[in-house]
Amino acid sequence: MTLAEVLLGVMFVGLIAYGLFGGADFGAGIWDLLAGGTRRGARQRDLIEHSIGPVWEANHVWLIFVLVVLWTAFSGAFAAVVTTLYIPLTLAAFGMIGRGAAFAFRKSITTLPMRRFLGAGFALSSLVTPYFLGAVVGGVASGRVPPGIARGDVITSWVNPTSILGGLMAVLVCAYLAAVFLCGDARREGTEDLADEFRIRALGTAGVTGIVGFGGLFVLRSDAPLLWEGLTGRAVPVIGLSVVAGIAAVFFLGTKRYLPARLASSLAVTTILVGWAVAQYPYILVPDLTIEDAATGRATLQAMLIALAGGAVFLVPALVYLYVLFQRSPAESEPRESASPQPPGAVIT
Amino acid sequence: MEPLLVVADAAENLYPARMQMALSLGWHIIFSCFGIAFPVFTVFAEWRGHKRGNPALTELAHTWAKAMGVLFAAGAVSGTLLSFEMGILWPGLMGRFGEVFGFPFVLEGYAFFIEAIFVGIYLFGWNRLSPRAHMLSALPMIISGAAGAFFVVAANAWMNNPTGFRLDADGQVVDAEPWAAMFGPSTWPQTAHMLLAAYMVTGFTVASVYAIGMLRGRRDQRHKFGLLIPLTFAAILTPVQIGVGDWIANVVAEQQPTKLAAMEGLYETTDRAPLSLGGIYYDDELHYSIDVPWGLSLLIHHDINGVVEGLEDTPVDERPPVNVVHLAYNVMVGLGSALLLLALVFAWTWWRRRRIPVSPWFLRAVAVSGVAAIVAMEAGWITTEVGRQPWIVYDILRTEDAVSPAPGLYLGFYAVVVIYVALTALTVFVLRRLAHHHDTPAPQEVDAVPPDDHVEELAVR
Repeated sequence: MTLAEVLLGVMFVGLIAYGLFGGADFGAGIWDLLAGGTRRGARQRDLIEHSIGPVWEANHVWLIFVLVVLWTAFSGAFAAVVTTLYIPLTLAAFGMIGRGAAFAFRKSITTLPMRRFLGAGFALSSLVTPYFLGAVVGGVASGRVPPGIARGDVITSWVNPTSILGGLMAVLVCAYLAAVFLCGDARREGTEDLADEFRIRALGTAGVTGIVGFGGLFVLRSDAPLLWEGLTGRAVPVIGLSVVAGIAAVFFLGTKRYLPARLASSLAVTTILVGWAVAQYPYILVPDLTIEDAATGRATLQAMLIALAGGAVFLVPALVYLYVLFQRSPAESEPRESASPQPPGAVIT
Repeated sequence: MEPLLVVADAAENLYPARMQMALSLGWHIIFSCFGIAFPVFTVFAEWRGHKRGNPALTELAHTWAKAMGVLFAAGAVSGTLLSFEMGILWPGLMGRFGEVFGFPFVLEGYAFFIEAIFVGIYLFGWNRLSPRAHMLSALPMIISGAAGAFFVVAANAWMNNPTGFRLDADGQVVDAEPWAAMFGPSTWPQTAHMLLAAYMVTGFTVASVYAIGMLRGRRDQRHKFGLLIPLTFAAILTPVQIGVGDWIANVVAEQQPTKLAAMEGLYETTDRAPLSLGGIYYDDELHYSIDVPWGLSLLIHHDINGVVEGLEDTPVDERPPVNVVHLAYNVMVGLGSALLLLALVFAWTWWRRRRIPVSPWFLRAVAVSGVAAIVAMEAGWITTEVGRQPWIVYDILRTEDAVSPAPGLYLGFYAVVVIYVALTALTVFVLRRLAHHHDTPAPQEVDAVPPDDHVEELAVR
């Protein structure tokens, strides 16, 4: 493995983390959207809020990480991607602002109409943001981004069959992950009936994702032949693992074993992303620019590798601490100062 | 695409792209200041509260922690847009020089990550951790906040004084040395200036909120501490900032003489150069200004015979817009001096009488000091950013050559204006609510108050 490949690999780890953690947060927003009327959906929305409240900002930083590694280690390719695909990227960034701000501020607001408005903003932007990000992946994967600044078509690079497939898959995967994760969270909060509701949704989205994924392969055959070739050639073992993990996740969900279900579904999603990377290797921009050609100078790559390793020493324990603190069962981490008890039937949009 | 068409698009995009970047950065920078400094004030209040067993202080700290959470959320989302914009708007900069100066952004990515994690822990753990563990959890937040500011400003300092690489005959970057690029001549003065500015902005702004409360007759302990703690931090650092300002002016004089000439509206290269306040620059001359004789030569060289380079030494098409830079610089220095005066009055009274000055005029001055500090900081950024024009990388890459030629890019500016207006309104609304109902939860906390206005009026101020 060359230095450039190692760095791109590290970037990809960040991308996977964003896909899993950030993706689940987006998915939670999608379920928020579909939770039903204000009163009926209150408990689900409450659970969603509890599940992502303290962690969403940290989860979100994975994307920043991906961006800064790309622009430092693969500056030219980065410039090519963001200029050709500036429209979906800008819209995704707006979606992130809308989602973050609406989610963050809605709980600080007590008037119902305002809270409804912010809740809708949070939920809608959770739906569109992963779509646009998936469309960006589709544009890159189908070879619609040529090297150079703004050389590709700024519209058809993201409005095309592969991008639409990418967008749909991103939305489905986010919803699926969130449903699986929320099952476990619901059980931890002692609301087994909510866990059951999300279990059904997880199973449903798993089915739809599987069907769209396989149907999508045929879209790729005509629209992105190089990607198709890779996926049905070199990447077959990875895709196979994804299928096995997906089936295992369905099995664990069926038997209400939520922790193994979480792991299996995460593996299934991870392998989809890895499959894309393997299929596209050794190109960073299909079909013109290889990873080696796109990589910047050796001194920069070395400095980054040192910084990434050194930073991980601080980052990993901090992340683990956050999740452990947060995932501890509420019984043992009940606030010492009693929070204002919620009146029965409290309405939370 | 036709080369001519690309050029036309780039020209069309340049102004909106600059405005979009200015708006996004100018907005984000205010929230970054709070991200850097607010944790320090908050944990200080928390620590004093525990130490003295004073619930007024711990409650004050809790309110601050929540406000910090709101401001952090706003800063985080606006920062995300910025990292997209770096590439979307300025591909000529990132594509060509990303390998040279992108590195500090990688480190900033880590710093921001750790800050985000510990903001979550600090707010979520408010009553879940022991006081000691809780206060310790603020430490990584404080360190990573300052470190993040250092890295971002180091990248900006590189744009002012690009180092750590060579250009070959075709203008391609060779021998990029990211560590050397990160520690160029402007890095230390610029980062020090920005960090102090962050503490001043936060200190004066938070103090101003409580000064307004005191002017309205609320003189309880909460207001006393709410004014005293941030104002003390800010007042101590203001004179230091003036000193750092002198340092940075000297570095600018040495490294970017054109910028200094624009800051002063100085056309002729001369010794005994005057320090000019106000005025309008046209026909290669500053008109209607108040001049302090020999002032500039003294300031830069500490010698009246020191020669200061004027704008005449720079080709016309390489000069920044003088009036903007000169005015912004004067505003920054003027407001900085006023804040110094305020700090001195406060220090004198505290030293002689051990109390906050009682005069309503003092409280009125504190009440406007927050806005003054913010305006001074923004003016400082306009000075350094506009003063660098027409270059995006000083003396190497013009801003017009760095902007993306993508068709339709300029439309993004209008969208960003709309979004920031909405985001500002929302942030102000939530902060005002927080000021009036201090049980309002922060974004990172988990327990939302049910809607409707039955919550009893718990006046904070």
